[in-house]
Amino acid sequence: MSGGRVLLAEFADPETLLDAARRAREAGWRGLDAHVPFAIEGLADALGLGGTRIRPAMLLGGALSGAFVYALQWYSAVLDYPVNSGGRPLHSWPVFLIPAFEAVILGATLTGILAFLVSTGLPRLHHPAFAAHGFARASQDRFFLAVADPAVDAARLAAALDGLAPLSIREVG
Amino acid sequence: MSAAAPPSLPPQASYAEMVGLVADPVLERRPGRLWWIAFGVTLLLTLGFAACLAWLFIQGVGIWGVNTPVVWGFAIANFVWWLGIGHAGTLISALLLLTRQGWRASINRFAEAMTLFAATIAGLFPIMHLGRPYRFYWLLPYPNTMELWPQWRSALVWDFAAISTYIIFSILFWYWGLIPDLATMRDRAHSRLARRLYGIFALGWRGSARHWHRHDVLYRAMAALAVPLVVSVHSVVGMDFAASLMPGWQETIFPPYFVVGAMFSGFAMVLTLAVLLRWGLGLQEIITARHFDAMGKIVLAGSVAMGLSYLTEWFNAWYGGAWIERGHLRFLFTGDYAPLYFAMLVCNVLVPQLLWSGRLRRNLVVAFTVSIVVNIGMWLERILIIWNTLSHTHLPAMRHLFHPTFWDWATLGCSIGVFGCLFLCFARLLPAVAMHDLNKQLHGEKEARA
Repeated sequence: MSGGRVLLAEFADPETLLDAARRAREAGWRGLDAHVPFAIEGLADALGLGGTRIRPAMLLGGALSGAFVYALQWYSAVLDYPVNSGGRPLHSWPVFLIPAFEAVILGATLTGILAFLVSTGLPRLHHPAFAAHGFARASQDRFFLAVADPAVDAARLAAALDGLAPLSIREVG
Repeated sequence: MSAAAPPSLPPQASYAEMVGLVADPVLERRPGRLWWIAFGVTLLLTLGFAACLAWLFIQGVGIWGVNTPVVWGFAIANFVWWLGIGHAGTLISALLLLTRQGWRASINRFAEAMTLFAATIAGLFPIMHLGRPYRFYWLLPYPNTMELWPQWRSALVWDFAAISTYIIFSILFWYWGLIPDLATMRDRAHSRLARRLYGIFALGWRGSARHWHRHDVLYRAMAALAVPLVVSVHSVVGMDFAASLMPGWQETIFPPYFVVGAMFSGFAMVLTLAVLLRWGLGLQEIITARHFDAMGKIVLAGSVAMGLSYLTEWFNAWYGGAWIERGHLRFLFTGDYAPLYFAMLVCNVLVPQLLWSGRLRRNLVVAFTVSIVVNIGMWLERILIIWNTLSHTHLPAMRHLFHPTFWDWATLGCSIGVFGCLFLCFARLLPAVAMHDLNKQLHGEKEARA
């Protein structure tokens, strides 16, 4: 994730990348990541990336915006601008729920997107990994393991990946 | 269609081939003559739509056939119809994602684009229908010098909240699924400008496992939010009608009936577009007979549900015993609009029954024809809900029919042109299929075989 030195090992299929990721994790190296063209089940676990708090944030964002819109309707219809419409109660909670519900969805979505951007650091148009030769295929059909551990060099990485036959091992950054 | 489902993609395909199949028509191939002709025609219609809008804003809603007692006309029917079409994309994407229907990968992207364009066009119609369209923002609760607040008990305010939420949500959901594919386009594009533009919109996506994990978490959470949202949006549209006191409208069945109708017409439109896109972009290996089979089943289910809704409506009108409701029912079958009503029943209930046959579901000519028939039938349904009720109101002396004007037809026709134009641009500028989802599905199918 940092802007420092990164080792990239390139593989042709996701299964080998998963094996490589497990080995790198077992070796206890830090700064592990991967660059892959599609979501691979189990990759985050294999790299030991840990969870994310995007969903709790969305829940909170949704609840707050829903409560705000409900309170806004209550304040305007009961206190600030009461209109007697056919003798209906001023606090017409069944219909207040409709805009409040839409606000929950919108608030949760916007919070989720904000949380995603904050936690990933995107948008970030430049990154050392882009400098690697052949990295353009990371978005198509190549699977890269990234190791950003100062204690690891290309030789150690190659030794650890023995038998997995990486297509290439490169150093960038 | 669980894990043991038959593969929807060619078994020997590679990831690169799949990416090439989707990206090459956009990046490598020039648009053909047919595309230019279609683009030219739809662009003219789009200009026509602008002219309709301009004339409407100069002259007012009097250019349409709306008049007492039929005060809702084409604008509201078009709104309900377009918004219905705008439901299937999010449904396919969200519901099929949550239920792990991997085959959705081939169709979700363009279905979402369809949703976006249709919902946006739909959103224009209620504003056009306002006598003073330049004051539509009065529906927003904003601090104003008049010290007024919106009337929260009005269905119009619910509409505004539901539709604006839906359009914003659809854009974000579509765009979020598109980000990794924009990165793929960036990495494949040859021209500097294309690389830059795709790159900027891809936000610098580099396929990091950490980012994929968060992307997946967010995308699934959004899908879970999308399902109740989709249901709420057309329910609110149904309540625009049901919250009134008009015969034929004041029914508790309206919200679910509108939602089912929306899914039905939306899936029909997805079928139409799938046939055209498959042919236009050469996606035969990606959109296969299996997809048409699955979509055909959903359209069939929609048709059966519509039939049940009609039956329930008729039964309740008769069983409720109110003279005005029974009179409305009689008017449906024997009144001035009866021929159109029978045509609608044929389009929506009878013709889709062809899809019981698996052979016919997989036949593209049949699928395409049925989908067009359903779309016509659903438009008829939307307009007849309005005409049959409003032209046959409580006071017999007030009863008048609706007479569509040139501008009614022009606005409807040109709005279809706007949709076509937007969709043609989409097909030439963006990957019409979600490449990353497609390869994820391919990976799953490869694993299942291994």
